[in-house]
Amino acid sequence: MIQFPAEQLANLHRLAPELVLCFFGILIMVADPFLGPAKQRILGWLAFVGTLVALGAVRLMALDQGMAYNNLISADAFSIFMHVVVIGSAALAILGSMQYLEQEGIQRGEYYALVLFASAGMGILAGANELVTAFIGLEMSSISTYILAGFRRRAVKSNEAGLKYFILGSFATAFFLYGIAMVYGSTGTTRIDLVRDALEKLITAQGRLDSLSIVGLALIFVGLGFKVVAAPFQIYGPDVYEGAPTPVTALLASGPKAATFALMLRIFYVGFGTADGLWFWAIAISAVLTLCIGNFAALVQTNVKRMLAYSSIAHAGYILVAFAAGTVYGVAAVLFYLAAYVLMKVGAFLVIAHLGQRDEQRLKITDYAGLGTKQPVLAACFTLFLFSLLGLPATGGFLGKFFAFQAALDSRIVWLVVIAAINSVIGAYYYLRVIIAMYFWEPSKDYTPSKVAPAVVLALTIAAIGTLYLGILPSHVLDYAKAAADSLTLH
Amino acid sequence: MTLPFIVFFVCAILAVVGALTLILAREPIHSALALVLVMVSLAVLYLLLGAEFIAAVQIIVYAGAVMVLFVFVIMLLNAGVEERTDYSKLAKYAGLPLGIFLLLALAYWMFDSFIGKQIANGVGGTNASVSTRELSAQLFQKYLFPFEATSILILIAILGALVLAKKDE
Repeated sequence: MIQFPAEQLANLHRLAPELVLCFFGILIMVADPFLGPAKQRILGWLAFVGTLVALGAVRLMALDQGMAYNNLISADAFSIFMHVVVIGSAALAILGSMQYLEQEGIQRGEYYALVLFASAGMGILAGANELVTAFIGLEMSSISTYILAGFRRRAVKSNEAGLKYFILGSFATAFFLYGIAMVYGSTGTTRIDLVRDALEKLITAQGRLDSLSIVGLALIFVGLGFKVVAAPFQIYGPDVYEGAPTPVTALLASGPKAATFALMLRIFYVGFGTADGLWFWAIAISAVLTLCIGNFAALVQTNVKRMLAYSSIAHAGYILVAFAAGTVYGVAAVLFYLAAYVLMKVGAFLVIAHLGQRDEQRLKITDYAGLGTKQPVLAACFTLFLFSLLGLPATGGFLGKFFAFQAALDSRIVWLVVIAAINSVIGAYYYLRVIIAMYFWEPSKDYTPSKVAPAVVLALTIAAIGTLYLGILPSHVLDYAKAAADSLTLH
Repeated sequence: MTLPFIVFFVCAILAVVGALTLILAREPIHSALALVLVMVSLAVLYLLLGAEFIAAVQIIVYAGAVMVLFVFVIMLLNAGVEERTDYSKLAKYAGLPLGIFLLLALAYWMFDSFIGKQIANGVGGTNASVSTRELSAQLFQKYLFPFEATSILILIAILGALVLAKKDE
């Protein structure tokens, strides 16, 4: 007799953020037809409230940590840290979307519902302790973002971005799924903590790892490497990031990336943690390629949005450097980097979204000439984000890089740190070029600045204060990151 | 050679041929029919593994419902013969050999693995038949969460269709 698993309802609170996000997503879908075109903005604020309530629900989750749903979901400090990062990035992206969507004439409820569903998927990714669950979470976040990338239906570039992302993304998902099948074939389980035990047994029995599980891990890396836009799977990245509506690009570059890194950490550090040095070279080589391709390609870009797309590829490289460390400190460095990265990247893309004006016409670096005199506050904000991306002291980006390099040095991977540091210097060129254009170039005459909406002001203020806070007083967040890293590797 | 063995190879070859035809055919309707072939041969493979329920679902949902939709869409769109752009040189001279290499490497590693050796020696393979009862117990108890989360996933897909199909105001 099959009984209804009542005990599974007992720990529903460990899924509270996802439940809240889905609830608000459905609420927006239902409310959408009742609101006239003029009142669509309310839905945006409703979505923002949804993310705030979800952040509150994360607090609830933190009160009683543990496993949920037959150990498929893990509500540990690691998951909580990543939940705050991804839901925070969704909140900022929603704030940055309202004015943009109105100006493009695509203000619709489905947009916000999709953002919320996507962040629910990212939340599942952050907490998944089982590969099939992780797969569903990955698909939730991916499919939502495929649609969001093509949301400007009248723009050819946006269509291209949506289609390209959809086809290549599905291809990458297939790799991930194939990898799961291989790992299941070799270990007989899809639960990440049990995979660890099974592999340990296999190693003691045979003296080496089963080749099926190695191939499985390699395929999983292909699938997830695609989602975090790591080289050599980065081909689609710049086109999609450039073509997608800019607030969507802000979300794409932050939330899904962070959530996928969280899943990667769990699979590599927990599931395959006992296999010493198995994945080190894959991660290290990918890190070098990602850094070099991202930074060198960004050097020649004249479109600022595309340049920042390459820059976000490069940043995935710095994160991989910390990832390669293979220690608890490495995990903490990845987490801190992700927190800092999300703030500065969303901030930078939201500034671009605002300055792009109607139909995203003004994206060239020449369009940024003289911004420092025309819109000093906005220019100062953008400068701060660029400095942080560049890695100047007193910003979150600097400490993120610092901890990442330190983690790699602690594991004696000096060559990787040297390459990353050289890349960091190369990166300075293209960030500084934008700043120089803003402050020293002659402003173009035909440009009339548009008013910055209160929601965008709020988003940029949060991102700017967060970036400075992480740069000046990092100890609080770093402690959380360390606790999260401990909870991940505790098993 | 036992009968299941022969059936396996026939269906496996049919599935691969179907998949290749699906990609290479220039008429969309030929691709759709090739896909039916793939789905049906896969259903037989599931049957061989003792998963009757999955095989039935495969036929009803994939070969039946989904394919009918495909054929209808092709008919309604009046899709003509596929136009080919110039083949990418990189795909032709680097992609194809690398793809074949990946295929061979995967086959080798699978054969080399613990499970692969067991199957090759006739020891392993799955003999645990997956009954519908067991499957539902797994699905609604152990894997309840991914099952429920799939409903949100479907909701997202519906939303996506809505976004793409809705008229601009």
